[in-house]
Amino acid sequence: MSTTQVIAADESLPKKKLDLIPVFLIPVVALIALPLYYAMGMGSASDWLTATIAGIGMGLIIFLVASGFSLVFGLMDVLNFGHGIFVTLGAYFGVAFLAPFQTWYDDPESIALNLLALFAAAGLGMLVTAVVGLIFERIIVRPVYGNHLSQILVTSGGMIVAGELCVVFWGPETLPLLPPTSLTGALVIGTFAMEKFRLMTLIVGMILFLVMVLLLNRTKLGLLIRASVQDREMVEALGYKVKFLFITVFAVGAALASLGGTFYGMFINGANNGIGPAMMINIFIVIIIAGMGSVGGALIAAILVGIANNYAGLLFPNFAAFTSIAVMCAVILWRPQGLYPVAKR
Amino acid sequence: MLNKLLSWDLPRSKVLAAILLVIFLGLLLTPLAGDKAMGAGAKICIFIILVASFDLLLGYTGILSFAHTMFFGIGAYGVAMISVEPGEHWWALGPGWGSIFLGIIVAVVLSTLIALFISAFSLRVRTMYFAMITLSVSAAVQTLAMRSTEITGGEDGINFTVPDLLSPLYTFADSIELFGQKVEFTGAFIMYYVVFIVALVLFLFVLRIVNSPFGRVLQAIRDNEFRAAAIGYRVVLYRAASSVLGAIIATLAGCMYALFLRYQGPEATMGFGIMMDILFMVVIGGMATIYGAVIGATLMLIAQNYLQDLMKIVQSDVSGIPFVSGLLHPDRWLLWMGILFIIVVYNFPWGIVGKLRMRALGIE
Repeated sequence: MSTTQVIAADESLPKKKLDLIPVFLIPVVALIALPLYYAMGMGSASDWLTATIAGIGMGLIIFLVASGFSLVFGLMDVLNFGHGIFVTLGAYFGVAFLAPFQTWYDDPESIALNLLALFAAAGLGMLVTAVVGLIFERIIVRPVYGNHLSQILVTSGGMIVAGELCVVFWGPETLPLLPPTSLTGALVIGTFAMEKFRLMTLIVGMILFLVMVLLLNRTKLGLLIRASVQDREMVEALGYKVKFLFITVFAVGAALASLGGTFYGMFINGANNGIGPAMMINIFIVIIIAGMGSVGGALIAAILVGIANNYAGLLFPNFAAFTSIAVMCAVILWRPQGLYPVAKR
Repeated sequence: MLNKLLSWDLPRSKVLAAILLVIFLGLLLTPLAGDKAMGAGAKICIFIILVASFDLLLGYTGILSFAHTMFFGIGAYGVAMISVEPGEHWWALGPGWGSIFLGIIVAVVLSTLIALFISAFSLRVRTMYFAMITLSVSAAVQTLAMRSTEITGGEDGINFTVPDLLSPLYTFADSIELFGQKVEFTGAFIMYYVVFIVALVLFLFVLRIVNSPFGRVLQAIRDNEFRAAAIGYRVVLYRAASSVLGAIIATLAGCMYALFLRYQGPEATMGFGIMMDILFMVVIGGMATIYGAVIGATLMLIAQNYLQDLMKIVQSDVSGIPFVSGLLHPDRWLLWMGILFIIVVYNFPWGIVGKLRMRALGIE
């Protein structure tokens, strides 16, 4: 009789313990900011709550962009410094594709029509951006697989070229891009006020995060993606074409970044070719905090950066950009590989 | 003697040597060609050392820093802020040699500290984080400089005066007529040669660094980090030292730039566009060659002037066609530089200098 323990087919493998400590970073940062609000005379707890929820809304937009960047790195070890161009495109496509739906979009009576117009335009933008992403991958990224320095150089160059092409198409001025009519203004409950549009991005971002988690954890495709992030060669040895997976993820990542760009354009009420590069700075910080290749980490890190930026923008505006850097430094000191390191490179 | 000055790292190509000699003589004689040429010449001198120090990082150490213009800006602010008329700010000492030197020292110390800080946080964890963190930090510093209107003059920047000897109002000899061009011997003339000599010395210094044993270790780390570490070199320390050296030289370049312009503003030194220019210059000139900095900076700065003029002329010819005329708008020259940049990275990874050297060796 054999002494080796046999795991029955229906018996599930031992689960990896869920590490929840990083999740508590969000309330910690939020609670550090609360007394500062009083100390700097910036308002009361309800203002702080408003800023917190608005920050989470912004964080989810950052997450939409960062998740694609992170998975693309995890899968093929590709550092795409040009990922921000998909954000810029998302904002411009938002302007372009909203034009045919303008009457629905501006209808003050019906939220449903407004949202339909918004999602039709954003969806079209995502589709076209995914196609642009495929072209970008083919021309810019593919020739430099395996060399980080060349990747950074070429993708930065690609972003400059693509950004300039945007200006050729849409002109150098900022184009107006407003949130839907029924979502402008704030929802007021007592002394607590909340921009409706930010609430919507928060809900959409959360839904997309859940979809992504389900897709990654409950489907074969997700299993393959996660396995490839951890060990590409092993998955290839089993006969799967990781390159094909990668191209799919690249296109989906581009589409998500485009949605993030449409929303972000509506936040700042305009589309121009600077918003992608500006967003990239946040993305880098988020990725370093999160750990390369981790989607869950990217969500936590994005929310952290979102709320930290939001508090700092009010408390000490000149130093706002340093706040997320400070958060990043603190996290690196604690966990040098990021909150949830996945990619082993 | 020349061999020793160039640290035994000769151009190794007759064509390259000839081009370098032409550029050297051209820069040496530029002030005789009038004020406008002198301004362009000084900018070329300063960008040569800025790009050479960037090559020390990118070409020799294999780390990409997006904060190089931040250090350039810190140097310029250091000299500018201290040289404004005293009274308004406690740090303003007014124009003078003392304040220039103090400004340089403060700027260099600050740059060293920031470079050490960035290195400590990024290189220790993952080398590729360096590019990301430098980008974030430099963007944050640029925003700070733009918004702190009280201290830095915000987007308007700072105008300041330099000691009399360097000021354009001071003349030390009668002006002469040379090839129909009036040459004035003013303080600006002296300032040009100060810039020229400082640039020359710093250039030879960078050449000395990369050809020293220290430089060899940097290249070993660039080519095979694991092997260099196995031999016993502290990889992180070498990379950090290189990034600090690069930062200090960029800071000195910034000091010279502010002194020559007698002005400093965020767009003049810290803009993201300038960072991209430096990147293009080093890659097009040739990474890991140092001489590439001379070729890249000179070529790009001249091209920037003439390409834009050329595009203006061509654009007026095609002004009827909507998309094409947009492509050829003079403001879109970055588009064409970007395309050229990508082609060079793909096909000539060692740039013009690398190509010339390969030709001299008979490699196609």
